[in-house]
Formats: sequence, structure tokens, C-alpha cells
Amino acid sequence: MTHYTPPKQSLLSQLFDVLVLVALTVGALFVPLWMGMAGSSKSVPAPVANPTWEKLGQNSTEAKQYEALGYTPATAHDLILARFDYSFTTISLLVMIAVIIVYYVLMLRFSEAEYRDVIAEKFSKK
Amino acid sequence: MTNFDITSSKIDGMGPHGTNVGLLRVLGPAHVWALGVGIVLVGEYMGWNFAVGKGGAYAALIACWFAGILYTCVAMIDSEVTSTVAAAGGQYTQAKHIVGPLMAFNVGLYLVFAYTMLEAANAITAGYLFSVVATMNGFQGALDQRPFIIMCIMFLAWLNYRGVLATLTFNLVITAIAFIAIIVLFLGTSGVFGGGIMQHASLMEGAASLPYGWIGVLAAMHFGLWYYLGIEGTTQAAEEVRSPARALPFGTLAGIMTLLIAATLTWYVSTGVLPWEFLGDGVNGSVAPLFDTARLSGSNALIWLLGFGTLFATLASANGCINDASRAWFAMGRDKYLPGWFGAVHPKYRTPYRAIVFLVPIALIFALGAPLDQVITFSILSGLLEYTFMPLNIIMFRKKWPLDSIKRGYEHPFHPLPAYTLLALCAITFFAVFLGYGTQLVAMIGFYIVVSLWFHFWRYRFVNRGAQFTMPWPKPKGY
Repeated sequence: MTHYTPPKQSLLSQLFDVLVLVALTVGALFVPLWMGMAGSSKSVPAPVANPTWEKLGQNSTEAKQYEALGYTPATAHDLILARFDYSFTTISLLVMIAVIIVYYVLMLRFSEAEYRDVIAEKFSKK
Repeated sequence: MTNFDITSSKIDGMGPHGTNVGLLRVLGPAHVWALGVGIVLVGEYMGWNFAVGKGGAYAALIACWFAGILYTCVAMIDSEVTSTVAAAGGQYTQAKHIVGPLMAFNVGLYLVFAYTMLEAANAITAGYLFSVVATMNGFQGALDQRPFIIMCIMFLAWLNYRGVLATLTFNLVITAIAFIAIIVLFLGTSGVFGGGIMQHASLMEGAASLPYGWIGVLAAMHFGLWYYLGIEGTTQAAEEVRSPARALPFGTLAGIMTLLIAATLTWYVSTGVLPWEFLGDGVNGSVAPLFDTARLSGSNALIWLLGFGTLFATLASANGCINDASRAWFAMGRDKYLPGWFGAVHPKYRTPYRAIVFLVPIALIFALGAPLDQVITFSILSGLLEYTFMPLNIIMFRKKWPLDSIKRGYEHPFHPLPAYTLLALCAITFFAVFLGYGTQLVAMIGFYIVVSLWFHFWRYRFVNRGAQFTMPWPKPKGY
């Protein structure tokens, strides 16, 4: 196999490559946050008016621990009653599965093509 | 068996092109243990408790043990491969030699982002801890945590810049103290020596046992990973240990055993004292659960010990993360997967100093600009993608280089059972992440697809083809 000689990359071009990577990285984390699409937010499905430990479903041990931590029924209200919503649609689950599978298939196929070149060049010299 | 023996002390296949020029070989097995456990132990001090919030205390225990199985598979597989591919970059270098360049580029990025995000999470926790201590000492109002976050990252980056031996010796000492603090808390509160304060039965009765039912158990697997995330980072020290074939498997496997003990003790003491809703909310409730447990113990000695334990664990983890992320970034720069400028070693300190300095502002952006659970999720997702790669990696490794073709420093047992177990547990964890953070998951994979296309169609032109294969191995079977 012919030996591949890579081109020299200028410092400016190297800097540009780094900026592209950083922009993509920051975007991957912050864009879902900015668009309010980041999951995990809890909500209080059934708020309680004039909360007491009993109304919040806390037994005496739990109430005692909350008080030791500095909470009152009013300040602990949201903390105790907030819940995640785990409902999802089949379509969204299938989309996620497809995205993961497509990603790994893409990785392995492109990698294999590149790997064959590496092995051919590495071992053709011997 | 061929003459290719990577475990030989006479053949050096670790450095670029089989040379010994580069990073300094000064570390022993204890440093490897300190690197692995040091990165992870903070997971017991903060973050794991989000698993309680996702499914309740029992769900977090089930997640703790299933994640323990996942990471035992990771440690076994990693120990075998890394005892033969002992070079900086860890799994990145493994992927480069076994799967191919594009996979290697992705794995390198998984490593950098998993560790940099973990570093950011550590700095956030350290900042929080300073604010709690200030409040406990009578400070009025809200303390600005940002200067502490910045100082924490800058100090540890400086330590890493100055040399790996001092960095990881520092880690060894503070990690040992943080681990001992967990043991002391368990002994002091569990009632082993009398006077226990555990109240599991009344804190976990009725609806508190499994508040979301079994789907909560699945959801808890997401943050169950946090008990152990980062143990695979031991491989990043491969080019700096004196005897990689011995020190890496020993340090890694001792590390996972330490963590299994620490994780179970942590769950036990925290769930026996803190109500699950408070414990499970790591943002508005218990940011540092072991410290909160100590606060309720009534013992000032335990409060101080766990306060220092939490601080040391966050520093040890951030320190190890800077070490690992910079090695991965450096290794990619050295191979021109990233601009070659990053592939430089400091002439005096023999550290990848440009990579260390470059990653400081990246960590700061995330530590100062994103909430803790989002930063942790970003780290977990990168880790999860990496763990999914590992079974594929070991299956291909054994196929291309069977046991009789290269001598291994360690051969993991029951192959391919650990690989398939790991793959199945990764699938479950993907589903767990989907149950609440599906958007981030898709955004993250979208990011990796875009950067992969960028790498394949643009960046790869700057990479030497054959020269990137640096191990003195025979030609792989089937090529």
C-alpha cells in the first residue's frame, strides 16, 4: 500500500478546529437547557394547603428528622411532595433506540474502513 | 505464542512508536488505586443520592449493586486490555488499536467529557461545602460560591501541571482519609459499638419503600452509575506506571472492591438517618448526604471528619479528573486526532501541560454555568457510551488477537459472559436515562454524530495512517 503523508496544518487552522469542537460541546449541554428541554424537572402533583407533617404523609420519625435538619412543614412542602413524571410514548422510546443503534453502527462501519488502511500501511512495511 | 510480549520490562511499546520518550514513569500500584478510587469516591459523598430521588431508598440499593456488577465487568475487561495496551489515553488508545480511528476519536471525547464534567461537579460541591461551613460558623446571607469553585479548579490544575508523582501522592493521602471517614461514620452511627442512630424501618415504611414502584428501580440505575463512575480512569496512568502489566490490573481490581464496600456502607448510613425525599434531592435537599448524616449524628467530631472527608473526596476526584482528561486530550493531540499542539510534554515537569491548561476554562464554563444534576448527567452519558463500547472492544480484541497470540498481564475469566452482562446493563441504563433525561441523551448522541462526521471528513486527513498503530503486536487475524 502507498504510504499516506498527511498535510501540515497551520496554527490558525488548528485554532479553528479547537473552536469548532468547543462550540459543539458547549452547545450539546447548554442548548437543551436554554430551550427548556432538559428533563428531570419535578412537579408537585397535589399541593397541600396549610401543611402539617401528617398532611404531608410523614410519620413521627420522619418529622423529627426534618425538624433536626431545620425544616418546617411549610418549607419542606415542595421537597416532600415533588415527583418525577415517568410517562413516555412508544414512539419516543423507539426513536431513542434507533438513534443509539444508528450511532454505533455508523461508528463501527466508518472505523472498520479506516482501520483496514491503518493495518495495511502498518504491516505492509514488514 | 509469538515473541510479542507487552508485559516484558525489556520491550517498551508504551510510548509513541515504541520509544520511551515522553511522560515520566514514576507511579506504583498504590497510585493507580488512588487515581481510580480518588476519582470515584466523591460519588459516595455526593450525587449517588439522586438515585434515591428517582426511585426511593430500596431502588437506590438495587441500583448500587447492579451498577456494582456493571463496573466489576468494566474493571475486569479493562484490566485485561489495558495490561496489553499500556499507553496514555487508556480506552482511546485501546480503541485505536482494536476497533479503528473513528471509534477511538469518539472514545477519547467520552473520556475527556466524562472527566471534565465530573471535575465541574466536584468543584460545584466544594463551593457548596464552603458555603455550608460559613453558615454553620455564623455567616449571614448567601455566600458567593464562585471564587471557591474557580480556586479549586485552578489549584488542582497547577498541581497537575507541576508533576504526576506529587499529584497522585496527594490523591493517595486525601483519598485514604476520605475512605476512612466513611468507615468511621459507619462505626459511629450504625450501632456496631452501641448507641446507633439508624432508623431504616420507620424511614422506609409504607409509600417510602418504593414510591414509584418498579419503574423507579429502573430509573434509579441512571444515578446508580455515580457510585463507581471513573474507576476505568486507572488506565490513563498506563504510560506513567513503572510496571503497567502488574500495577494496572492490581490497582483497578483493588479499587472496585474498595468502592463496592464504600458504596454499600454509604447507602446504609444515609438511608438510616435521612428521609428519602430530602436525601433524593441533591439540589434543594441533600447535596452532601454523608455530611448531612454526620450533622444529624450529634457528634462534632463526625461533622468535622465528614466535612473534611467531603472536601478531600471532591478535591481528589477533581484532581484525578484533570489528570485523566488531560492524558486523553494529550494522547489525541499526539496522534493528530486533535491539533498536534496539544501533544506536547513539558520539558521540565514531563506533564501534558498544554492539555491541562486548555481544559481549565472548559471545566469552569460547566461548573459556573450549569446545574449539578445536568453536569452529572452529561458525565454519566459520556461514561455510558464508553461502557457500551467496552464489550465490543473486548470481543474484537479476543477475536483479532486470541490468547495465544499476545501475552496478557491479566486474563479476565468467563469471557464472553462479562461482555454480554455489561452490554445488557448498559441497555437498562440507557432506558433509565431516557426516563427523564431523554432530550439530553439524544442531544449528546447528536453531538457525537456531528463531531464524528467532522472527524471522518475533515480532521482525519491530518493523521498518519500506519504510524498511529504503536503497539509491537502481530498483524490482527482477519486482515
